[in-house]
Amino acid sequence: MTQSPQAPSGADLPRLPVTLSVNGETHELTIDPRVTLLDTLREHLHLTGTKKGCDHGQCGACTVLLDGQRVLSCLTLAVMHDGQSVTTVEGLGTPDHLHPLQDAFVRHDGYQCGYCTPGQLCSSVGTLDEIARGVPSHVTADLDAVRFSAEELRERLSGNICRCAAYPNIIAAVTEVHAAGDGA
Amino acid sequence: MRAFAYTRADTPRAAAQAAEATGTKFIAGGTNLLDLMKLDIEQPSRLVDVSRLNLRDVTDTPDGGLHVGALVTNTDLANHPRVKSDYAVLTRAIVAGASGQIRNKATTGGNLLQRARCPYFYDTNLPCNKRDPGTGCAALRGLSRTLAVIGTSDACIAQHPSDMAVALRVLDATVNTLKPDGTARTLTLDEFYRLPEDTPHLETTLEPGELITGVTLPPPVGGTHLYRKVRDRASYAFALVSVAAIVDGDRVRVAFGGVAPRPWRVPDAEDAYARARADGRADALIDRAFEGARPTEENAFKVPLLRRTLKAVLAQAGQEAQA
Repeated sequence: MTQSPQAPSGADLPRLPVTLSVNGETHELTIDPRVTLLDTLREHLHLTGTKKGCDHGQCGACTVLLDGQRVLSCLTLAVMHDGQSVTTVEGLGTPDHLHPLQDAFVRHDGYQCGYCTPGQLCSSVGTLDEIARGVPSHVTADLDAVRFSAEELRERLSGNICRCAAYPNIIAAVTEVHAAGDGA
Repeated sequence: MRAFAYTRADTPRAAAQAAEATGTKFIAGGTNLLDLMKLDIEQPSRLVDVSRLNLRDVTDTPDGGLHVGALVTNTDLANHPRVKSDYAVLTRAIVAGASGQIRNKATTGGNLLQRARCPYFYDTNLPCNKRDPGTGCAALRGLSRTLAVIGTSDACIAQHPSDMAVALRVLDATVNTLKPDGTARTLTLDEFYRLPEDTPHLETTLEPGELITGVTLPPPVGGTHLYRKVRDRASYAFALVSVAAIVDGDRVRVAFGGVAPRPWRVPDAEDAYARARADGRADALIDRAFEGARPTEENAFKVPLLRRTLKAVLAQAGQEAQA
């Protein structure tokens, strides 16, 4: 297939303004509309905690929180999110003040190579919020009574792939944080 | 990714007008379109961002049904109190698809327009009449295990991948659209989706610029709502086959996913079900619904799999009715 004749070339493409609040800090950017939210975070804002895995929405490594909900940053364009707020793994906690999930992942060894971990952490934050809000999943028996369980966690985190297979430790870490009631 | 012009629309009418030109695509959730653009399968010269249009509400209709704005996310639709209570087959179908991250972004309108997952559609080195009309179909004698068994043509055997649409079909939902000239249309799913015939690149009857504004659900029908999806892994995979069913005693509505170029429902088959003896009902329904099926050697397993899946669904409905 050929490109349609009226398509602009890359060089002609106007760069567009976008304002993003990332981890509480406001950034005013001027970017090529092709740039994904993932590449904006990594290449323009140098926040390399968010990982590029498959870049096609299959692995979950690029998961961030967009206005509080977990999404795949590789499958959305930065220009579409003007005025919205993004939380990446860098915004969850710091080495001195870990987010409870980060602390639990360390203690339960919820990672081996660690590449999937930022996505697993952001996805876990979003998952705990979804369970608290009563959002059902494929394994929820009663649609009006969503209850936390390891089965629910496994289903809800199935979009995050860990090739080291640290899954049992991840489930243990998230379960502990949920039990302590401080996962938000 | 190829260069494209990007514009944002303020009203549905302006969006439709902006998208009328050849090479223009709407973008909302983007979870399928951007993937296809990265792979050079979709090559729009202009994207019209409709994600901020005021089409995010789920509202009661005067007749007791429900109107769902095109931009309602899959998560919000599945979690809507009235959907959970009155249209549970829809909640069950939505949460059977994709991952939490994708459901938070994907929209009702976009879900209807997601493209085929045929391996040959995805491989730009190989012929595909859907991706590149006239080049042929590599799937006919290729890896066809996941592909369609009915409604196909010699030009294309790809199946429709949506779970949500299968539930919408069993619910008799209609698709609401707006044309650039301001005309609104209401289409049943059978009117909305084309069968491939010799033009498999044309998947819907939408006209240039025509925007999906929402989906309307008729008043709820009683009965047990079930969605069962059979796939190669327990989660985050497309259906090999799926069954959306509303079972109410001797009456049943059933639509099938993973087996045809659109959600597959044959009302005559539901009549055959009602007429058959109790122990032969599932067989009567499958025999009629898949009359004329043309499976390949690799996906011939889908018809007996559907038969057993429907029997499991009916057994589950019986248990739930007793409980």
